[in-house]
Amino acid sequence: MKRLESIDDLEKLRKAIIGKNKAYIKTVALCGGTGCRAYGSESLKNAFEQALKEHNLSDKVRLIFSGCHGFCEQGPIMIIRPEGIFYSKVTEDHIDLIITETLIKGNIIDSLLYEDPTTGEKMVYEKDIPFYKAQNRIVFGQNGSIDPTNIEDYIAIGGYSALCKVLNGMDPTEIINEIKESGLRGRGGGGFPTWQKWESCRNANGNPKYLVCNCDEGDPGAYMDRSLLEGNPHLVLEGMLIGAYTIGSQEGYIYVRHEYPWAWANAGIAINQAREMGLLGENILGTGFSFDIDIARGGGAFVCGESTALVASLEGRMGEPRDKQHLHTVESGLWEKPTNLNNVETWANVPIIINNGAEWYSKIGTEGSKGTKIFSLVGKVKNTGLVEVPMGISLREIVYDIGGGTPNGTKIKAIQTGGPSGGCIPSSMLDIPVDFDELTKVGSMMGSGGMIVMDEKTCMVDVARYFVKFLKDESCGKCLPCREGLKRMDEILTDIIEGNGSEEQIELLHELALVMKDASLCGLGKTAPNSVLSTLQYFRDEYEAHVIDKKCPAGVCKDLITYSINADACTGCGACKRNCPYEAIEGERRKPHVIILDLCQKCGSCMDVCKFNAVVIS
Amino acid sequence: MNSRTEVKTIPVEIDGFQMKVDKGSTILESAHNCGIHIPTMCYLEGLSPYGGCRICSVEVSTDGGKTFRVSASCTYEIHRPIVVKTDTPKIRRIRKMLAELLVASAPNVKLAQDIAARFGINKVRFKMEDNRCILCGLCVRMCHEQMGGKALAFAGRGPEKRVSAPFAIRSEICLNCGGCDSICPGKIIPCQGIKIPGELCGKCIRPDDMPFCCPTGTFGCFCENNPLEIVSQPR
Repeated sequence: MKRLESIDDLEKLRKAIIGKNKAYIKTVALCGGTGCRAYGSESLKNAFEQALKEHNLSDKVRLIFSGCHGFCEQGPIMIIRPEGIFYSKVTEDHIDLIITETLIKGNIIDSLLYEDPTTGEKMVYEKDIPFYKAQNRIVFGQNGSIDPTNIEDYIAIGGYSALCKVLNGMDPTEIINEIKESGLRGRGGGGFPTWQKWESCRNANGNPKYLVCNCDEGDPGAYMDRSLLEGNPHLVLEGMLIGAYTIGSQEGYIYVRHEYPWAWANAGIAINQAREMGLLGENILGTGFSFDIDIARGGGAFVCGESTALVASLEGRMGEPRDKQHLHTVESGLWEKPTNLNNVETWANVPIIINNGAEWYSKIGTEGSKGTKIFSLVGKVKNTGLVEVPMGISLREIVYDIGGGTPNGTKIKAIQTGGPSGGCIPSSMLDIPVDFDELTKVGSMMGSGGMIVMDEKTCMVDVARYFVKFLKDESCGKCLPCREGLKRMDEILTDIIEGNGSEEQIELLHELALVMKDASLCGLGKTAPNSVLSTLQYFRDEYEAHVIDKKCPAGVCKDLITYSINADACTGCGACKRNCPYEAIEGERRKPHVIILDLCQKCGSCMDVCKFNAVVIS
Repeated sequence: MNSRTEVKTIPVEIDGFQMKVDKGSTILESAHNCGIHIPTMCYLEGLSPYGGCRICSVEVSTDGGKTFRVSASCTYEIHRPIVVKTDTPKIRRIRKMLAELLVASAPNVKLAQDIAARFGINKVRFKMEDNRCILCGLCVRMCHEQMGGKALAFAGRGPEKRVSAPFAIRSEICLNCGGCDSICPGKIIPCQGIKIPGELCGKCIRPDDMPFCCPTGTFGCFCENNPLEIVSQPR
């Protein structure tokens, strides 16, 4: 790779790459995101490459092993451009068929198309699929069309043009103004105005100044930061470069957890390529501006997403938050120097704002929250995956229009947003707009963007205990309210779930939660009781059913339920008897079967295999 | 008074008293200096504030008393005018709950008993445990800051957090100075009055005589009575 000496060089290179890519008649983008790799897309890629060679198509068809496309449930995903044909659940057996039919003859293979689970209609093109239709993928959309390990791909789609625009005579104050007008707020969960952070870091005394990109995403089930850094690392680098130019920093770090192997590998490749091209390092594009980035791999502690704990971990100390309210990291962060810390998604938004202008960006979203937000939509919905939606969209639209509703048409009970520190929003509030302030108002939070849909078969006490247990293990243990409080909360919730709870314990739980919220040292402890507080607020009847009636309304908590067979519905097929691992079912063929309660371990396998809905929980 | 010293002091209101304090001093120091008592657990003069126990929590307002936020007073350095309330119903509620959490986890530590007694806790609503270490971190800070060694540190996280020598082996840099041992609140002989789990007598008196080595073997001492797995390595 030749080092670029000026901004003109970059533009020339861009034209050359676009010209070179015109030689390809078709481009096949195979998803190499974490979800699709788990489905085996890596071996699929190798087999496809081999097959292309055999068909002598290597110079006509370009295979891209791209980043995450978002629709992880349908993986491995393959998109054939320029038509935009969307194939889902592709396996190695389909390769020859795809090459001979679609790539050579131009026919569409019906069996690989995505079928709308609601209407049963088959969709040919990516743009028609309802999952993508309702989204606004300004940040995440580029993922599917580039190879993250190839800087040329990123340059071809207009990459680093925002950097050129900035270096071509934008004043740092002008950039801060642009970010201010765009209304960009921190995507890590706090929602702090990005421009304010940048400005105070720029004005802070001290040299050098550091830039940190926070990719220590640890929420169970959330993976948008990971997918962005895996699928489009140059976008994050470009954002950081613009930030560095604005703040006057020369050194940056990407803090990424070690458990994200492709994220740090791809980011490392991207950094090396950018360095070789002169887009990172000394004298970037011949403008005299210097900035370099290093990758720091974290040990996988959830608390290290907290800014002061992250800084401690970066310095090589134990990942513990420090308690200094009067000093913000922008004044005294890494090695007590001014440090500007932003989330991956925040950095990725920066080049988009600079390219399209603050006015365009601020048109998306609500009064207080601008732009889009990537959520990881999981739980009891038909379409799970990563969705990027404009701020202000209602929860209902996300769950029903994009997610397609619940799989069996059951009623939605609650939606949990914001990861383990967020709260549960009841279904009666499905119409609230999703933005930073509205979610906080109802007792939840935006967080980094986890969104778990729960239906009638979810026990809210069990959900609260799950998150409390997670946080209990992830708490750093420094401060008493968080360490002891979470341990006690877990104990009380376990008591309630096991049927040993009392009404006083519910009160104690509430009292404890309020104290933890006020007294804890860092954000983890302050937000940890959210799941308990919100479920107590909206689903108190479930708690009461557990302690007073000793019943679990959702039929989840094993100690409070019994399985039985409805003799009228049972046909005596014997399926349950054969499948019961504990031999707890008796009965003659074609006669109603009975569950022996002493032997029953409440595993639920009889219920899963019964075709006549004869197994009931009470 | 010349202008240079004036810049260095900041007007502060603590519990209705107006005062001027040195810039950079903490709320806890300022309050103690003017006779306002704030209870503490993990704080000790001469060691850096840790902010772990949160028992010294107070309500702080930076906007002249309109909105208050709860903050630990030991780590809060005063750099601009603030209003502080050290004894509000909210603060009392917080301290009482923290004392209950503390004594439930370490009922046989004198300091935990004292704090519980001070807040009038006679019954603990949580399940009683018998930890000897209250994770105040005094020994760690003593070792690092006063003795210049790093023979002790925290290990693990969450409920697994503990004070340990590196790899639970006695460190070669340990000078056997006994600083950690002398400062440990867990080594003071606890009240022997508790018989029923969950009951506290609330009448603790601090004993004058301190044992020669730590009787509970929390972490400080490396004698053979130490029940922990920290073993001394033959040199």
